[in-house]
Amino acid sequence: MSFSENAAFLSPAPTGENPQGEKRPATPRPGVSKQTSAGSQAVKLSVHNLDFYYGQTQVLHAVSLDIPANQVTAFIGPSGCGKSTLLRCFNRIYELYPKQRAAGEILLDGRNILAFGEDLNMLRARVGMVFQKPTPFPMSIYDNIAFGVRLYERLTRSEMDMRVELALRKAALWDEVKDKLTRVGTEISGGQQQRLCIARAIAIKPEVLLLDEPASALDPISTQKIEELINELKQEYTIVIVTHNMQQAARVSDFTGFLYLGKLVEHDATPQIFTKPAKQQTQDYITGRFG
Amino acid sequence: MEPLAATGLYRRRRWINTMVLALSMLMTLFGLFWLVWLLWTLMGQGLRYLDLSVFFQATPPPGSSGGLGNAISGSLALTFVGVLIGAPAGVLAGTYLSEFARDSKIAVVIRFLNDILLSAPSIIIGVFVYEMVVLRMGHFSGWAGALALALIALPIVVRTTEDMLRLIPNAMREAAAALGAPQWKVTVAVVFRAARSGILTGVLLAVARISGETAPLLFTALNNQFWSHSLNEPIANLPVVIFQFAMSPYDDWQHLAWAGAVLITLTILLINILVRLLLKTPPSRS
Repeated sequence: MSFSENAAFLSPAPTGENPQGEKRPATPRPGVSKQTSAGSQAVKLSVHNLDFYYGQTQVLHAVSLDIPANQVTAFIGPSGCGKSTLLRCFNRIYELYPKQRAAGEILLDGRNILAFGEDLNMLRARVGMVFQKPTPFPMSIYDNIAFGVRLYERLTRSEMDMRVELALRKAALWDEVKDKLTRVGTEISGGQQQRLCIARAIAIKPEVLLLDEPASALDPISTQKIEELINELKQEYTIVIVTHNMQQAARVSDFTGFLYLGKLVEHDATPQIFTKPAKQQTQDYITGRFG
Repeated sequence: MEPLAATGLYRRRRWINTMVLALSMLMTLFGLFWLVWLLWTLMGQGLRYLDLSVFFQATPPPGSSGGLGNAISGSLALTFVGVLIGAPAGVLAGTYLSEFARDSKIAVVIRFLNDILLSAPSIIIGVFVYEMVVLRMGHFSGWAGALALALIALPIVVRTTEDMLRLIPNAMREAAAALGAPQWKVTVAVVFRAARSGILTGVLLAVARISGETAPLLFTALNNQFWSHSLNEPIANLPVVIFQFAMSPYDDWQHLAWAGAVLITLTILLINILVRLLLKTPPSRS
C-alpha cells in the first residue's frame, strides 16, 4: 500500500472529501475502502448527490448510493427514468456529447472520477462497458479483442494469442469461435456478438463492468448464457447492470436500485427489494401497477 | 355497417392510387427514353470508329490518320492528379465535419460553403484557376487543369465522406470510446473501417464527375496536338478534344469526336457500375 493511501486511511476526513485530481499509483483491487450500509462488502463505487443534465433538462436528481465490490448491482425502472444515464456516468461516456454534463461526485476506490482533469481513457480502461446492441467492430474476431488490449500494452504475438483466448474463455465464447478467429465479428450470431463485446471489455482487465441492457436484443437462450456469465464474472469484477426486465434483475443481482423520474427511490439487497420494498412506489412498479 | 371495400371513400382512394402510380411510371419512362436515345445514338455513331489506332496515335491534323492517344493519356493524368489533390483534402474535411465538429457553428458554415462550391458552375472554377494560376505562370498547363478538376472533386468528396460517416451508428463510436480509445483512434480504426466502401464510393463518383468536365479545362489545360509528358505544358484531354473536333467541319475529326464521346461515356458507366457493386457488398456494421 502506497504512502498516499496510508495517509488517506489514517485521515479522519470522510472519503467524499478526498483531494481531487490527485494522482494515485497502482490502484488496489478489489476495493479497500469503507463498509457499505447494505452489507459487509467493500465499496467500489460511491455516488454522492449526482445530478445529470441533457442541455437544460435535468434527468438525474441528487442520486446517492454505494456499489459494493464483486457484487452485481442492478438498476431497474420504467423507460426514461434515468437508469442508463446513471450507468453512463460511471465511465463518463456521456462526454462524447458536448451538451451532456454531470454534477456531484462518483468515487471509484475513493477517488472522484467526475473531477476535472481525470484521464478519461484510463478511467475507461478500469471501467468497461457493454451496450444494449452488440457492437462488434468491422474487423476479425481476434482483432476485436486485440484492439482494446493494444491501446494499453505491447504484447508479443503469443502473449496476445493467450490474452485473446483467455478473454474468449471467460466470456464462454471460445469453444464456439476458436476455429473462426479470423472471420469478421459481424458474421457470428447476435448472442455470440454480445459475448464477444463482453470478452472485448474484460480483455483489458477492467475492475468494473457496466452492462447496459446487455440481453434486451437477444433471444431467451442467449439471454440465459449472458446471465450465467454475469454470475461467473462477479468473482473478478464489480458489475453494474441496467435492465428493463425485473425477473432478470431478480435473477442476476445482489443489490437493486429502483429509479423513477430521475430519482433513486430505493436501493437495497435484491431479495429485500423484491419481497419487502420499503417504498410504496417500488412495490407498485414491481407488482406491475405501472411502468 | 357497410363493408369497407364498398364505400365511396375507399374506391376514390384506390382510383387516386392507380392514377399516381401510372403517372410516376410514365415519368420514369420519359426520363429513361432520353437516356436510351442518347446512348443508342452515341453507340451507333461512335463504336465503329473505335479501333486500336484511337488509343495509340496522337490527334492528327485534318485529313491524315491519327487517334486520341495523347488526349486519353492526358485525361488520365489530369484526372489522377486532380483526385490525388481533391480526395485526401475532401476526406479529411468530411471527417472533420462528421467526427470532430458535428454540431458546431463552424461546421454549419463550412457545410454551407461546401454546398455552394458543389453547385458552382464549372466554368467559374475554370476562370478562377485561369486567373490564379494560368495568368501568373504565363501559359496554360496541365497543373492548372488538374487543380481546376481538384476544386470540382473536393466538395463532392467532402459531402459523401461526411454523409457516409454519419451513417455509422453512434453505438460503434461509444463502444470504441468505452474501451478507452482516444478519438483519433476511434475514427481511424473503427469508423473509417466501417465506412470504407462508402468513402471510396464518393471518391469514385468524383472521378466520374471530373473525367467529363470540359469548361474548366478550356481555361487551364487547354489542348495539345502532340504527346505531352509534362504537366507544365498545355496538355491534350478528351473533353476539350471532343469539343474542338466535334465543332470542326472535317469528317475525320468528327469521327474521332464520336469515338472519344463513346470512350468517356463507357468509362463513366463503368465507374458507376463499380460504385453499385461496392455499395452492394454490405459495409460491416451491425
